[in-house]
Amino acid sequence: MINQVKNSKKVVEIINLKKSFGNQIILQNISLSLMEGENLVILGKSGSGKSVLIKCLIGLLTTDSGQINVFEENMNSSTGKELALLREKIGFLFQSSALYDSMTVRQNLEFPLRRIKKNLTENQISEKVNEVLENVGLIESINKMPSELSGGMRKRISLARTLVVDPQLMLYDEPTTGLDPITSNEISLLILDIQKKYKTSSIIITHDIKCTQKTANRIIMIEDGLIYKEGNLESFENESDLLIKSYFN
Amino acid sequence: MIKKTTSTLIPSLDKAKGQIIKLSEKTIVKKEEANSFLTNVADVTLFLTKTTKETFTRDFEFKEFLRQCFEIGYKTLPLISITGTIMGLVLTIQSRPILIKFGAETLLPSMVAVSIIREMGPVITALICAGKIGSGIGAELGSMKVTEQIDAMEVSSTNPIRYLVVTRVLATTIMIPILVLYADGLGILGSWIGANIKGDVSFLLFFSRAFKHVEFIDFIPAFTKSFFFGAVIGLVGTYQGYNAGRGTESVGKAANTAVVLSSLLVIIIDMIAVQITDMIAI
Repeated sequence: MINQVKNSKKVVEIINLKKSFGNQIILQNISLSLMEGENLVILGKSGSGKSVLIKCLIGLLTTDSGQINVFEENMNSSTGKELALLREKIGFLFQSSALYDSMTVRQNLEFPLRRIKKNLTENQISEKVNEVLENVGLIESINKMPSELSGGMRKRISLARTLVVDPQLMLYDEPTTGLDPITSNEISLLILDIQKKYKTSSIIITHDIKCTQKTANRIIMIEDGLIYKEGNLESFENESDLLIKSYFN
Repeated sequence: MIKKTTSTLIPSLDKAKGQIIKLSEKTIVKKEEANSFLTNVADVTLFLTKTTKETFTRDFEFKEFLRQCFEIGYKTLPLISITGTIMGLVLTIQSRPILIKFGAETLLPSMVAVSIIREMGPVITALICAGKIGSGIGAELGSMKVTEQIDAMEVSSTNPIRYLVVTRVLATTIMIPILVLYADGLGILGSWIGANIKGDVSFLLFFSRAFKHVEFIDFIPAFTKSFFFGAVIGLVGTYQGYNAGRGTESVGKAANTAVVLSSLLVIIIDMIAVQITDMIAI
């Protein structure tokens, strides 16, 4: 899989990224790239700066220095409109699912669709919503409110909401956190399924080793705001370093 | 001699050192307070600028605006109905004995009407709305912030200021003056009910007497200040919610601050409006 993606083009390129909050440095000298069709897992313990990295990548946080290129466009120099256009190609699965509480599942899915794909007819919108809900296996929940859904279901609906606009790049922020092992496994399989079906490139932020083992084509480990190790799953599993061993054993 | 001098110098040096440390700590606290104040001023200015800019953009969220008008206007009607009616009723029952004492009972309807239209109606309605609508907006946006819904909106290429803030501020600005007019009407109706508890006066007679001394010009300052009340309630509620912290505790804080601050601003705006009205003698 890794050899397969080696020849393809870069979807994301981060060069020397630095981010701090006040005097506290969160990320420093982060340089990485994501190839087309690849699943890149960013591994690290809580507070290591993984979520900050992914939020810098989507433009929810501004960086102190460094460069972020997404689809060969420089995010740092993008204007509001350019950023909005760029975000149309990116799907973001939030840690908290972030479903709109005041809307039904259908309305949650229609919300980005109506704004991003403005020329769709009502029938096309309905068909698209049904299609992605079927893909995540929750078509029967279409008229439910988010408060009526379980944690796993909320995650799936949130995933459906990002998929409904056909993103080329998927960003997963702790996709399995807070879920039971069975649901976590289902979400991990769904991530793989999405990669195949929608031909997406993905960055998966996690500290869940089982999710990493299932989904990763390549792994980058972050420790104290710095890249600690980069490699494939095998190299991580055979690593003698104590910190890495503590994750994989 | 040297020993004596050293022994007296060391405690005084320690004292001076302690005082310098205390002073520097106080300076740091004051500096942080000043920084926090300036940051807040900058945040408010930025928020108002963004809101104003987004109000006049082409992609206005009309559907969400209508939904907010329904939420803010229609759903507040029962509360305004009760408070409006009671306001007129109580005002009548309280003022009647004094007016009888001065032989001015016939002036009761117009006195009540003038006080309701010019002052009581707008201020009481605005304070009720600050409590119900202001806290609702603060809590709703605050919980959306905490649960990353605002971020989700932003990454879906939707401007959250345009969708969440502008629609709510415009809805409060338009709906609160309408609610004020409604409360005024019910206040006069409540006053008629109050007048009939110890007397007997027909609704038509009461109504015609009520509006005998009320002129159209009486409505203008009251109606104008109601727009400002509405705008302030919407802006304070949305600002507090939109800038809530990350924890669940901040949701309650946002709702609470929205109510306290918007109520206070309503009273201050009322005072300014009364001064202006007095100056131009309306």
